[in-house]
Amino acid sequence: MARYGMVIDTKKCVGCQDCVVACKTENQVPHGYSRDWLAYETIGKFPKLNMEIRTERCNHCDNPPCVYCCPTGASHISDGGIVLVEHDKCIGCKACVASCPYDARFVHPEGYVSKCTFCEHRVKEGKDPACVSVCPTHCMYFGDFDDPESEVSKLLQERKYHAIIPEAGTKPHIYYLT
Amino acid sequence: MNAVSRRKFLKISAATIASATALGTVSCTRDKIKASAEKGIKTIPTYCNICFWKCGAIATLKDGELWKIEGNPVDPLSRGRLCPRGTGGIGAYSDPDRLKTPLIRKKGSKRGEEEFVSVTWDEALTYIADKMNDIKSKYGAQSMAAFSHGTGGKFLKHTLKAYGAKNIVAPSFAQCRGPREVGFELTNGNFIGSPERTDIKDTKCMALIGSHLGENMHNSQVQEFSEAIANDASIIVVDPRFSVAAGKAKYYLPIKPGTDLALLLSWMNVMISEGIYDKKFVEDFGFGFEQLAEEVKKYTPEWAYVETGIEPDLIRATARELAKNKPASFIHPGRHVTWYGDDTQRSRAIAILNSLLGNWNRKGGFYEPSKVSLPKYPTPAYPEMAYEKADNPGKKWPLLGDAEGSTTGLRDATITGKPYPIKGWLVYATNLIQSLPDERETIAAINNLDLLVVIDVIPNEIAGYADVVLPESIYLERHDEFNNAPFRQSFLSIRQPVIASPDDQKPNWWIAKKLAEKLGLGHYHPWKNLDDYLRYTSEKAGFSYERLKKEGVILGPKKPINVEEGATQDFWTKSGKVEFYSTHLEELGFDPIPKYTKPEQPPSGYFRLLFGRAPMHTFSMTQTNPLLSELMDENVVWVNNDVARQYGIENGQYIKLKNQDGIIGSKVKVYATERIRTDCVFMVHGFGHRSKALKSAYLKGGSDSLMVTKYKVDPIMSGTGMNVNFVTFETEA
Ligand code: SF4
Repeated sequence: MARYGMVIDTKKCVGCQDCVVACKTENQVPHGYSRDWLAYETIGKFPKLNMEIRTERCNHCDNPPCVYCCPTGASHISDGGIVLVEHDKCIGCKACVASCPYDARFVHPEGYVSKCTFCEHRVKEGKDPACVSVCPTHCMYFGDFDDPESEVSKLLQERKYHAIIPEAGTKPHIYYLT
Repeated sequence: MNAVSRRKFLKISAATIASATALGTVSCTRDKIKASAEKGIKTIPTYCNICFWKCGAIATLKDGELWKIEGNPVDPLSRGRLCPRGTGGIGAYSDPDRLKTPLIRKKGSKRGEEEFVSVTWDEALTYIADKMNDIKSKYGAQSMAAFSHGTGGKFLKHTLKAYGAKNIVAPSFAQCRGPREVGFELTNGNFIGSPERTDIKDTKCMALIGSHLGENMHNSQVQEFSEAIANDASIIVVDPRFSVAAGKAKYYLPIKPGTDLALLLSWMNVMISEGIYDKKFVEDFGFGFEQLAEEVKKYTPEWAYVETGIEPDLIRATARELAKNKPASFIHPGRHVTWYGDDTQRSRAIAILNSLLGNWNRKGGFYEPSKVSLPKYPTPAYPEMAYEKADNPGKKWPLLGDAEGSTTGLRDATITGKPYPIKGWLVYATNLIQSLPDERETIAAINNLDLLVVIDVIPNEIAGYADVVLPESIYLERHDEFNNAPFRQSFLSIRQPVIASPDDQKPNWWIAKKLAEKLGLGHYHPWKNLDDYLRYTSEKAGFSYERLKKEGVILGPKKPINVEEGATQDFWTKSGKVEFYSTHLEELGFDPIPKYTKPEQPPSGYFRLLFGRAPMHTFSMTQTNPLLSELMDENVVWVNNDVARQYGIENGQYIKLKNQDGIIGSKVKVYATERIRTDCVFMVHGFGHRSKALKSAYLKGGSDSLMVTKYKVDPIMSGTGMNVNFVTFETEA
């Protein structure tokens, strides 16, 4: 059984948002919505500054509050640990939207809740998610954390990293190399 | 700019959902296209045109509708990955503000009032041909001129030359790369070209002078920049603004704007006085090194500190870092380098420093590019054009090449009627109102014209002044000339239609051919269509056209690109050597070795206006692309936190900028930040559109170009230095 996740190298990321627009076209995300986004953090006083740029999305958590609070079972953990929403079962109550510490979910204009799927349809074909495959800086890696030989596992062994809001206890599966 | 994009999306959604169209698959309702739509997935290779890097791409259609576009893995430029503009390129198809039909200015309306009536192609082209014939009989063919940007202008320029007009210019020279090319030619006898011949991926140390890779998104450069970072190369960033690249740098030099040349001279001083330059290279290939060594003695880091504000220790450390890594180290020549009017000399200083590093055609320095040469499709000879070009009378700018030409020189001629009247402008794919400095002069020139034709995909500001506007098909709907740009390995890539134009838009080659026919010059376009033309030239060059259509890109032979691989180092200067001392410049009456002059300082209460790029936009051409404007729908003005506090301005507040000539801009949002010096402000170029026809971008953000009413002309080659404007804040917005 695989456990999918991402490793993102913040040293390489330039914040160009190619991942955002690639997700939009690949997944036909309607105008005004987005499944991934950029965060820019600068600390210090000019000119002694430090900047981290991160591409963010659903963390496909091991302990996902959005799944636990879903009254219909639409939100679920699918193969490989990918957190998904079954559109037909979703009643658009927004409980999951409120529960997500990452603000990763939104109500699609067609009434159901939507978010990053790790491009499950591509992963099934052996491809990387659209955001990963398009990144001109190659700063994103997608893979199986259950496989100690995978690139993502190795990167976490070799480099320093952090996750976002780990204190929420959701056990996120996107790691940022620093 | 902080972690707001997520929230912003949610906000946008509330405002625009009512009018939203499904953008993923572009909703094209045109029945004719639907009817012929093929079911299922279809992929067609082409090359991108959202900027001028021309990356090889593969477009995917789903049930006959555009779905997505991705990099072509065979293409050496994109290596299978497009930049955000390229990925969002399909948004150009569904751009709500696209030009749809030919337009002629309404009778009785004035230029700039944007009053047009729709006409047929035949009416529009007849109107243009009649006017061109009038101009020819009244003033001669030399009075017809063109401004053209990008590959697509090729066939229109051909029609103009067949008519007898050779006053053809592009802003990519005098408003962009020109000083760099002239500076390097003077020094190395080689120019940089596009794509830049910089071996970023193999470098051990790279210095960026104001160029902001990562925000400036030229694909291969950014990909290689990331590789350099991964390889732990030392990045040195010299910029008044803490750019994205600065965030990746080992050394950040927050230089006082306008003093780059002082830093460069001081780097020379350190390298020469410490004897850490490439002595063998200088001995083998250098000319005039002794004079250079003598001249730069006075430019100590202590001297440069006073000018630049950069600590002497930091100047020494960075010079040593560059020298330590030679020849796999370089100073990036930049791209948009028309800043202060002495830009050729600054570029020469960069070229000189690179030669002190001995990095020409060396791994990790500059490389030797190669290109596929394409045969010419045989056409009749052009009529004799024995007249002097109007943009550079009497060789006023001695090193301005005839082939490049000066946009502002041509504009001057149009205003003054000297050396002879210019009465017609054909403007292809360049928004002159935003691309040239001081729009008041551009408008004055336009008012002297008998004919202004604008050919473009969207009605940018310049279109509002036209007599005739011709709607061009976007790149996904047309053929164009092949791309055979010089690169690490030569290649040929094809642009071919992926989808039909939704309205009455036509490809540039068709427009050029039909206009030629109207002018009785149809025999200059002997090809049936561009397919025919492309087949002929590619097969003559030994490439299978069928394979090009299928695979998009074919690689040419691999040649050695640096000394390590067996390439030679040849310098095509007058002396055949690298000219540290330029006798050529001396003969022309210019400084043979670059000299530093202090830049003019902003008056109290004013700040120098700097402008640059964002990764998701190209100039003023993409603000109505729905996919790209969603990533950034307005620009902001960067103001240092302390300055903002002092002026009582809040982050996110809308203000207006006023420049030294009293010009007031449209409302623009403040980005109060630590990431910029206190003596300047910064804006992304291309926003603040004032064309009412660009409904989705109208007055969104501020226009930097509106503030650029002052410019300093480079006496060597006519480049227009535009970083010489000062602005203050008007808070009663
Ligand atoms: S750099 Fe980006 S916009 Fe320019 S041609 Fe390449 S993909 Fe297109």
